[in-house]
Amino acid sequence: MSIREYVTFRIGEQLFGLSVTEIHDVFRPARMTPVPLSNPEIAGVLNLRGRIVTAIDARSRLGLPARGKTDNVQSLAIGVEHGGESFGMVIDEIGDVVRLDDAEMEQNPVNLDATWSVVSRGVYRLDNRLLVIMDIDQMLAGAGQGNAAAAA
Amino acid sequence: MDDLLSEFLTETAESLDVIDTELVRFESQPEDKATLNNIFRLVHTIKGTCGFIGLPRLESIAHAGETLLGKFRDGALPVTPDAVSLVLASIDRIKSILAHLAAEQVEPPGDDRDLIAELERASEGGLSAVAPPPPKPAPVTVVAPEPPEGEGRWDADQGRFLRPGEVSLADLEAAFNDTEGPPPVEAKPAAASVASFAAMPDHEDEKKSAVGASTIRVNVDVLESLMTMVSELVLTRNQLLQILRHSTDSEFKAPLQRLSGVTAELQECVMKTRMQPIGSAWKKLPRIVRDASNDLHKKIDLVMEGEATELDRQVLELIKDPLTHMIRNSCDHGVETIEQRLAAGKSENGTIKLRAYHQGGHILIEVSDDGAGLHTDRIRSKAIEKGVIDIAESMAMTDAQIHRLIFAPGFSTAAKVTNISGRGVGMDVVKTNVELIGGTIDLRSRHGHGTTFIIKIPLTLAIISALIVGVEDHRFALPQLSVLELVRAGKRFEHKIELINSTRVLRLRDHLLPLVALSDCLNLMVDEDRGDRSACIVIMQVGELRFGLIVDEVFDTEEIVVKPLAKRLGAMSEYSGATILGDGSVIMILDPNGVSRSVANVERSVNRLLDEQSRAAAAAAAKASQHKVSLLLFAAGGSEPRACPLSLVTRLEDLDASTIEMTSRGPVVQYRGRLMPLAPAGGSIRHEGRQPVLVFSQGSVVVGLAVDAILDIVEENLDIQLGAQSPGVLGTAVLKGKSTEIIDVGHFLTQAEPSWASAAIESDPRANRKRVLLIESHPFFRNLLAPMVSAAGYDVTVAEGLEEARARLAAGATFDVVLTDADSPIENVAGAQVIPLSSRRDAEAVPKSDRYALLDAIQRALRSGEAA
Repeated sequence: MSIREYVTFRIGEQLFGLSVTEIHDVFRPARMTPVPLSNPEIAGVLNLRGRIVTAIDARSRLGLPARGKTDNVQSLAIGVEHGGESFGMVIDEIGDVVRLDDAEMEQNPVNLDATWSVVSRGVYRLDNRLLVIMDIDQMLAGAGQGNAAAAA
Repeated sequence: MDDLLSEFLTETAESLDVIDTELVRFESQPEDKATLNNIFRLVHTIKGTCGFIGLPRLESIAHAGETLLGKFRDGALPVTPDAVSLVLASIDRIKSILAHLAAEQVEPPGDDRDLIAELERASEGGLSAVAPPPPKPAPVTVVAPEPPEGEGRWDADQGRFLRPGEVSLADLEAAFNDTEGPPPVEAKPAAASVASFAAMPDHEDEKKSAVGASTIRVNVDVLESLMTMVSELVLTRNQLLQILRHSTDSEFKAPLQRLSGVTAELQECVMKTRMQPIGSAWKKLPRIVRDASNDLHKKIDLVMEGEATELDRQVLELIKDPLTHMIRNSCDHGVETIEQRLAAGKSENGTIKLRAYHQGGHILIEVSDDGAGLHTDRIRSKAIEKGVIDIAESMAMTDAQIHRLIFAPGFSTAAKVTNISGRGVGMDVVKTNVELIGGTIDLRSRHGHGTTFIIKIPLTLAIISALIVGVEDHRFALPQLSVLELVRAGKRFEHKIELINSTRVLRLRDHLLPLVALSDCLNLMVDEDRGDRSACIVIMQVGELRFGLIVDEVFDTEEIVVKPLAKRLGAMSEYSGATILGDGSVIMILDPNGVSRSVANVERSVNRLLDEQSRAAAAAAAKASQHKVSLLLFAAGGSEPRACPLSLVTRLEDLDASTIEMTSRGPVVQYRGRLMPLAPAGGSIRHEGRQPVLVFSQGSVVVGLAVDAILDIVEENLDIQLGAQSPGVLGTAVLKGKSTEIIDVGHFLTQAEPSWASAAIESDPRANRKRVLLIESHPFFRNLLAPMVSAAGYDVTVAEGLEEARARLAAGATFDVVLTDADSPIENVAGAQVIPLSSRRDAEAVPKSDRYALLDAIQRALRSGEAA
């Protein structure tokens, strides 16, 4: 039996979880510079303590409608490393840290949307809602494929 | 990886590079003992280290190589190219084993018996003509079991077969016993040997060891991270300075000043650690040139200049491969074969020159060869064949533009594919690589004299000077390197943006520049309300393309630290990186090459419209051989204007008519220190006022054509509609709606200066000189006529009589004109016009004493010969 700690966060209406070991920091994205011509999933680039971080719009990546202007104030980003580069995933709300048993994780439901099933490792049934465990590598790498497809 | 092994690999790789270069030098200067000693020492070190860390394959190759080199050193063997090739081959083998070692950390399986056998054979003189007697093998004391075929000899002492190149203990002992005792110098007391060391002539070694003590090996990663941290420090300092600018509190001012100074120094020092002499990227080139010249059977010398020029090692790494490729190209396509060179009157040895130097924050690298130069027509036809350009485009292009087509993707001019170059990846790859590091590449070529490629690259990629521009709410950095100037355009300004078919262009001095809006390049939403505001135009130059980039605002220039883009964004050609400005915000750095690509489309459409004329000409040229000709229109007698092709006219002069003098041969004028004969082009020559004159020159002959007035220059399709009605007129053509007589310039000029036509022949070296056979029995006339005809530009053969003339003709000599005395007529000579001469004034024959009549007769005979 192995217990893992997950940080939970909300994108749109869905609760997601990422292993605490995968998250470098959580920050409020400020002075984001948009990158014209880039894939809509790229929210922009920003300066995080002297490093240039590429911000990924999680809503866009998951095919969710863009945030309304009023919600913008609340937006947060989760800092992650992928392939030696720094990324910030823009989310809507950060939640608690939960401890969950690997054995209790359930497989993706077969009827899950293709985009979602790629980025989802599995699902936990929490007391009142479902927690999707995010595959951060797929989340970041997949966006690149989307880019290539869009370019083609 | 094992520390010891990785150290060994780095060290050995460096040594091998040195050996490569040294060996090539050694081959050309076999008497240079210092070079040989250096090679020997390096190979010896490699062998020693291999033995120490247990790499038997490497050790045995190095050993065999060392043996051969030892023979060279002792003078026992002459240095031959074959022997050097063999040593180079073993170096290559060592390299390939090292590569495997680096990847797998073990030596690859297999053995090198073939190579070692070769090396051994060579050291026993097998390759050289003057082979010394092979050394007697030492007696083997223990009878060994018969070794299997190809295996090394059995060594009883070690109880195993000997490795290739290894010597059995018994042999070693025997050799040891045979050798004389150690030379007395080694027996000297220690103090003496120290003294002798100090007195050693080999200063080079001393110098090297002194340098060795003051340098250390540092992992590149450490340098890289040091650079990154310094970049951060620079940014932080910039931020601090910006904050301080707004505060009146001076408490921090002094320490911050200090911090600023130290940071700048630190930055410079760290930059220096990254600098490497470009020579280190050239080390492999002598070897490559040597091998290539052997393969191609050419003789090529490589001259390198400015090896000490330093540049950032990151840039250096990136420029290595393109340079190698270009050198190969120069060997293959640039330098001609020995036969071709000799035929072209050049020396056997071709030269490839590599030159590096600094120029205004950039490094310029020139690769030039003294070969045949680029073959313009071949490139043109190849480009058309490959569909790079179409025929109409090719006609409108200059030679230089055609030459640049070799940078086009998928272009390779090598008629045959060799293993040196011409494998499909060509100069386009070189160009892409150079552009990748913000550089440009250009070329100059002179037919028959060689080709020079010029690469211009920035000194460093890490910190560049950039212009910060703004469009809408966005800001971008443009590398200063490609910015030429800034122009403001708008209602209140001198310049304004003009439209050609809704394409924006800018009139700047003598040029019409294509314009492109940055907002269009980047698909930004433009606020239409601000449509008629004034704009800033950044004039940029990318390679050959010059264009204007329309932006809303230009801020200032800033030294920016280039940060690589995330891989995700790196695929976008519009950006080359990102940077953090002094105020802490991130901005994207525009890639001028990427931006220019979107301009290229605009430029093409602009050019389409602008080049109406040349396009029409090109289309016409493609359709038929009809050409537009520039014609000079003038009035000369009669009511109709007359014309002649402008290209024939050397100068137009307006002379004072009173300076025209009449001589027995006609009117002349003093012109540029000599007498110029004048001919009227239909009208009469004035005696007062001004006299317009068209000056024609051929070789040393200058003739003026006097006209009434110079009217115009027109460019028209020359379509002569009516044949000649009078002498001196080629025909009539309609020019500018008027029927115009096109004059036969030659007719008028020959009137004024009868040697005109022959001067034409003389002045044109490409024209085959016409061959004239002079048959003349009288020595007086022979001596008079032969030099005269020869001076007029003909190839004269003299025959003293008909017998000799017939003998020459029978021997296969051919002539265009035969001059013979009317009293001794020669029967029809095939292909030649026979002109009878006479020493008397005779109606039928040409008088021998009349030079002009004679030359005129030859001219007419040649013309009728061509017509026939």
